[in-house]
Amino acid sequence: MSWGGKTEKLIAPLGFTILLLLLWEVVCRAFSIPQMILPTATETFAALWTFRAVIFDNALVTLWTTVVGFGLAIVVGVALGIGIGWHRAIYSAVYPILVAFNSIPKVAVVPVLILWFGLGAMPAILTAFLISFFPIIVNVATGLATVEPELEDVLRALGAKKMQIMRKVGIPRSLPHFFGSLKVAITLAFVGAVVAETAGASKGLGKLMLDAQAAFQVPVVFACLIVLSVLGILLYAVTALVERRYTGWAFRSQQNL
Amino acid sequence: MESFVSLNDVSLSYGGEQGLLAVSGLSMSVRKGEFAAVVGPSGCGKSTLMKLTTGLVRPQKGQIAVDGKRVFGPISIVGMAFQNPSLLPWRTTLDNIMLPLEIVEPHRQRLGRHRDEYVAKAESVLELVGLKGFGAKFPWQLSGGMQQRSNLCRALIHDPALLMLDEPFGALDAFTREELWGVIRDLHAAKGFTVILVTHDLREAVYLADRVFVMSARPGRVIQERTIDFARPRPIDLIYKAEFNEIVHELREKIAEARADAVAYEPAPS
Ligand SMILES: Nc1ncnc2c1ncn2[C@@H]1O[C@H](COP(=O)(O)OP(=O)(O)O)[C@@H](O)[C@H]1O
Ligand SMILES: [Mg+2]
Repeated sequence: MSWGGKTEKLIAPLGFTILLLLLWEVVCRAFSIPQMILPTATETFAALWTFRAVIFDNALVTLWTTVVGFGLAIVVGVALGIGIGWHRAIYSAVYPILVAFNSIPKVAVVPVLILWFGLGAMPAILTAFLISFFPIIVNVATGLATVEPELEDVLRALGAKKMQIMRKVGIPRSLPHFFGSLKVAITLAFVGAVVAETAGASKGLGKLMLDAQAAFQVPVVFACLIVLSVLGILLYAVTALVERRYTGWAFRSQQNL
Repeated sequence: MESFVSLNDVSLSYGGEQGLLAVSGLSMSVRKGEFAAVVGPSGCGKSTLMKLTTGLVRPQKGQIAVDGKRVFGPISIVGMAFQNPSLLPWRTTLDNIMLPLEIVEPHRQRLGRHRDEYVAKAESVLELVGLKGFGAKFPWQLSGGMQQRSNLCRALIHDPALLMLDEPFGALDAFTREELWGVIRDLHAAKGFTVILVTHDLREAVYLADRVFVMSARPGRVIQERTIDFARPRPIDLIYKAEFNEIVHELREKIAEARADAVAYEPAPS
């Protein structure tokens, strides 16, 4: 990578972040905004350091519930996606229902989940799962169902079984869709987990924020927000990396078209 | 001489007996080693004819036979190529054209242990169509004409006795198309397989084929057979000769009649 590329990819966003933090500090001091409304950047980072142990503990819980919910979403999403994408007719029949179901705000079911499963990790895991498995199903099914009919004819005329066509064409073809959906799904799973924790849980960053707010520890609330954003970026970056690694051909063919 | 491909009074409607009648009373026969072209108005059932002959769809009425055997399902002695080259972007050109070998027996069994032999074969097929040395390239690195050449290679890799081409050159520019006419002409001369070419380009049909079949509007059936007996090998400037253009005009008139009949049957959608 050239030096110019490095500036653009790393130094520029880093510099901008520092600039924003400075702006935050200056605005808070200049207008003497009360800590109860918006603590300064230094107060926030001080709180982050002071309460690092408890924040770390709860962050691990949030991370864990997100990853478990996401893992479930992959298993269920891939299985249902293959089932639906197996045949173009099933796909056409089920796709509109999927989209309709996907538009129901899943956050609305959090209270029901808490009612059923109590205040443990279960509601957060299930919310993360519910909210993130739709993009996976939809993308896997679309990748499989949109195999070129001509190619399918060429292979079927040679005596290829449906399973062979899936293995040789359908599945490799849907991989970029699948990995692309993982980026969306991981972000959604994370949001789902935190929202569920905020609604009622025994542990997790969402729950910690709720407690801190109740105790008027506003800098801790903001410290948690910062940790959340860092975790969110990390989770996204990992899936984006996996995507690049396994479906390089899709990126390359796009660049060359 | 006995026919290699024969369709005898074949009817097919999509969506069962009550559905849309695509072809009806379709009969034709093609000799071994013959180059047949099928022309007709669009939607008349040319692609359906392809699917019927290769066993992809079963007719409701009539019989189809290839190489002396009734067709009841897919037959692997056929190679197919369509207008859309549909090469897989994650495979190199070489791996793309070897795809049929991963499906058709006995190659599927042998491929693992005799890979070198098959790679050599694939490379020789690439050379035949003028793509020597392009095997390692990915499809997106090839031009449209080169992709269509690869598509032909994929159709030919398992040495099919019957090559079915469905408007293979439709999406190419005029120069590339003429180049590929030369390629397919030479392949046919060298390998002696039977070809059925569906096309809407009458000059392409007359230039390449031994016999041109004209189909009626939907429901399609063969309404005329025209033998083309220009000597082979045919030079490309044949297409500028008066005798050549006479035949093209004759066929064009026949298709115009077929289309006019169709318009008389069903009013144009408003
Ligand atoms: N799978 C299908 N289901 C229903 N109708 C079809 C199908 N394939 C083709 N048809 C219809 O059958 C007719 C003949 O189609 P086709 O053989 O593709 O024509 P051509 O290749 O000559 O343009 C057309 O009216 C087309 O709309
Ligand atoms: Mg067609």
